[in-house]
Amino acid sequence: MAEASGSSGTYPKKVVYCGVCSLPPEYCEFGGTVKKCEDWLKEHYPKMHALLYSQEAIEQNMSSLSLEAQKRADKDSQKKAAKAASAEAKAQELRATSKIMIKRIERNKRKYVTAVQGLEAFGLDIKKVAKDFGKKFATGSSVTKIPGGGEEITVQGDLSDDILDYITDTYPDVPEDNIECIEDKKKKVAA
Amino acid sequence: MFKKDATPGAKSKVKSSAQRAIRAKVLEEYPKLEPYIEEIMPKKEQLDLVKLPDRVSLYTLNNHPLFFQHMDDSFLPHLTLVHKYPSCFNRLRIDRGAIRFVLSGATLMVPGLTSAGGRLPDDDEDEEGIYGGGEDGMEELEAGTPVVIEAEGKENACFVGVLKMGTEEMKKVRKGQACEAGHYLGDGLWTLNLG
Repeated sequence: MAEASGSSGTYPKKVVYCGVCSLPPEYCEFGGTVKKCEDWLKEHYPKMHALLYSQEAIEQNMSSLSLEAQKRADKDSQKKAAKAASAEAKAQELRATSKIMIKRIERNKRKYVTAVQGLEAFGLDIKKVAKDFGKKFATGSSVTKIPGGGEEITVQGDLSDDILDYITDTYPDVPEDNIECIEDKKKKVAA
Repeated sequence: MFKKDATPGAKSKVKSSAQRAIRAKVLEEYPKLEPYIEEIMPKKEQLDLVKLPDRVSLYTLNNHPLFFQHMDDSFLPHLTLVHKYPSCFNRLRIDRGAIRFVLSGATLMVPGLTSAGGRLPDDDEDEEGIYGGGEDGMEELEAGTPVVIEAEGKENACFVGVLKMGTEEMKKVRKGQACEAGHYLGDGLWTLNLG
């Protein structure tokens, strides 16, 4: 466990970082997710919490600023909090509404490629996922640009069902209902 | 410099000769790191170079960021490194009112350093003599020196940047920009996922 504090002495110094906003806890108040940060700290480092969020500490912080500056800082932090909250809500909504599409595309009568779209909405690095697909299914797997902008993973072979299973198993963050399997019969016209 | 979220580009291994050069340069820039350099960059370990937007290169060791460099400017330490070895860098301090601006990516302004809560080298209120250059914190810093900015009432540093104005001049003028855009807590470099 990391030490809560210790201004000097042995190096490297261990610093605790907040699990919510990733800053050192003393800077949480500037992050916009103060409430959550406080709860997190209380749970994980009760000693530090007592030190940082005591009445005295707060009062001391306040007294070093002029009244007007305090007001401005207050307003600013409120704005920031609102912004952070709305950003989070948006991300959640995006998660709930976005769909992963697994497309089976016929390449040449009995030969198929499988295209996977929409993984990036769930915070996955598609380059890495593509690599994993290739390893898991022992086929070629690559990230390709799609005409409408954005990128998709193209896996060689008809793997739509396997990929569906793999995604639901390995990435618990992705709700199964949000994955769609479609078949694209249309043959690509050679230019 | 990292106001927007940065996406890491290609990662490549650093040649051992280049690695030696980096080590030498870092030591030249931050002589006080000497006793710890073996812990920070062990000779035998393989450093990685991660390219970031705007021609910034970041040197990492086992996915832990160490130093970053914009083009061929001087090496600047990542804040996690500063937090581990705070006394090895030239430090200044800003007052409490300035923290929120710095943490939202504003250019660091001189009044934040000259006011009562701020600390410049050779400050009467700085009893421990930890701020400023040299061993005893008395030396003035020139423009162009990399500095670590701490904050009033806080233990850890919140900003790393290059001085735009010498500290002596700051004391005289008491206004203007103090530090070029650098690396602050919560910016794109801080939140960078090297995974």
